[in-house]
Amino acid sequence: MKISKEEVEHIAKLARLEIDEKEKERFAHQLSDVLNHMEKLDQLDTEYVEPTSHILPIHNVFKGDEIKEVFPMADPLSNAPQKDHGHYRVPKIVE
Amino acid sequence: MNLYELTIHQLQKMLRSGEVTSVDVTKAIYERINDVDKEIHAYISLTREMALEQAEDADRKIKEGGDIPPLLGIPLAIKDVLCIEGVKTTCGSKILSNFIPPYDATVIKRLKANGAIFLGKTNMDEFAMGSSTETSYFGITRNPWSLQHIPGGSSGGSAAALAADECIGALGSDTGGSIRQPAGCCGVVGMKPTYGRVSRFGLVAFASSLDQIGPMTKDVTDTAILMNVISGRDLLDSTSLDVRVPDFTAALRDDVKGLRIGIPREYFVEGMDPEVEDSVSDAIRLLERLGASSREISLPHTDYAISTYYLLASAEASSNLARYDGVKYGYRTDDSNDIMHMYKKTRENGFGAEVKRRIMLGTYALSSGYYDAYYLKAQKVRTLIKDDFDKAFKGCDVLIVPNAPTPPFKIGEKMNNPLQMYLSDIFTISVNLSGIPAISIPCGFSKEGLPIGMQIMGRHFDEETILRIAYTFEQNTDYHLQKPKIKL
Repeated sequence: MKISKEEVEHIAKLARLEIDEKEKERFAHQLSDVLNHMEKLDQLDTEYVEPTSHILPIHNVFKGDEIKEVFPMADPLSNAPQKDHGHYRVPKIVE
Repeated sequence: MNLYELTIHQLQKMLRSGEVTSVDVTKAIYERINDVDKEIHAYISLTREMALEQAEDADRKIKEGGDIPPLLGIPLAIKDVLCIEGVKTTCGSKILSNFIPPYDATVIKRLKANGAIFLGKTNMDEFAMGSSTETSYFGITRNPWSLQHIPGGSSGGSAAALAADECIGALGSDTGGSIRQPAGCCGVVGMKPTYGRVSRFGLVAFASSLDQIGPMTKDVTDTAILMNVISGRDLLDSTSLDVRVPDFTAALRDDVKGLRIGIPREYFVEGMDPEVEDSVSDAIRLLERLGASSREISLPHTDYAISTYYLLASAEASSNLARYDGVKYGYRTDDSNDIMHMYKKTRENGFGAEVKRRIMLGTYALSSGYYDAYYLKAQKVRTLIKDDFDKAFKGCDVLIVPNAPTPPFKIGEKMNNPLQMYLSDIFTISVNLSGIPAISIPCGFSKEGLPIGMQIMGRHFDEETILRIAYTFEQNTDYHLQKPKIKL
């Protein structure tokens, strides 16, 4: 699998990463290398194999709808990069 | 013997008998850190004031007598991936370099309830993505046995802190070998418990279907002591299972009679360092002389584990790390006039190269048109790898394999070749894919004087048999007693 510079740009956009020209070249090359190695998986016939997402014998874990003190609520804004009047402040989103 | 050299169980006895105080030991460790950590750089941050307060409190409680919890007054190092309330938790990343968690991870809460003292936060590969502790935003950690070599990773700081006697015990986290491989590189003990054994609440997430927290210690007894404290169900982590937590110290018996060891032939392949192979083979022969039996078995899908792991772990990471957007906590770029630009610039400046590489790889594997070919395929192969282990454990109680194909490599050696770095994880990642527990213990030294580690893998939730074999091996060898001569 050869990853092109354009594909790197597309993936970077999906991942919300800004990447400079030099890095694009490097990532294209390194990701191609890694994906080539991963093509090894194609050697295996997995048509009738179920996927494993995690190994535990549990599916949904429900809790009763009860009010409990499980976790102390701290100031949610205590780590905010920018805040204003009890809100997170971010650059303008809509014109 | 210097106070900082003590193990948890030795210090437990000395504190109880009044031979030493927790304050004395804590101060001795900070002096030791002061002497050696300029070279080793095991710690990202120290919590001296808090630790000394905790130590004074512990000494007071010991004096008062009564019920003394197992870790009262014992100073520990905590990998900087775990949240301690009010203590900076960076995960080795610029993007969390100013993050102060308003809560404790569940394991931290349990350690606190049992009287433990926190010395500081240890260095790690950024977001635990790495095998060498070279990708931390806060600089590299060096191996106490040779300052030119890596301490392993990603829990390289905790492993180095133990080997250099900069703590009494430690915690690490293991997604693909991040406890076991550095433990092996630094000649200490590290255990990845069964997936579901220990709550991950308050662990900065990397790959949620693989991550597990575990003890890193100077010997096997200490691992059992920490396992007793950190294990068990937690309602804040729905993947922590409601299973019986045994007294792991009761498993520490110098007796392996009748136990069946499996030796997977796929782990003893050409190209492996002969010193590693000899050390592990000698270890198995010793266990046979002590009454265990061994036979060759096969884990036929071993060769596919690296590809499977790096696809799944990167995919999960790309999703988990989407939360770092500069809005609610962590670093945010100063240079932003619209929201999309802020996201992208924050992430460009906040993440290092390896983290970006994995986010890119994972995003690709999950992206439209490639999901089936990469992500789903890897999930199916994961089933095959897990089935291999299930079959193997029908005829064996444990499997014994090397930790890594070579002794620790040189700093810088693999930094420009990510694929080579990934391939060095070949012997540890299948354990995470199949969710089983495994321990790494020291089993020899290379001619260069670098530690060699071996892994003992067990059945789901059977940490006890692993500990029993590890303990027996330790009682009959002295690798765990060797100390590095740190060149300052």
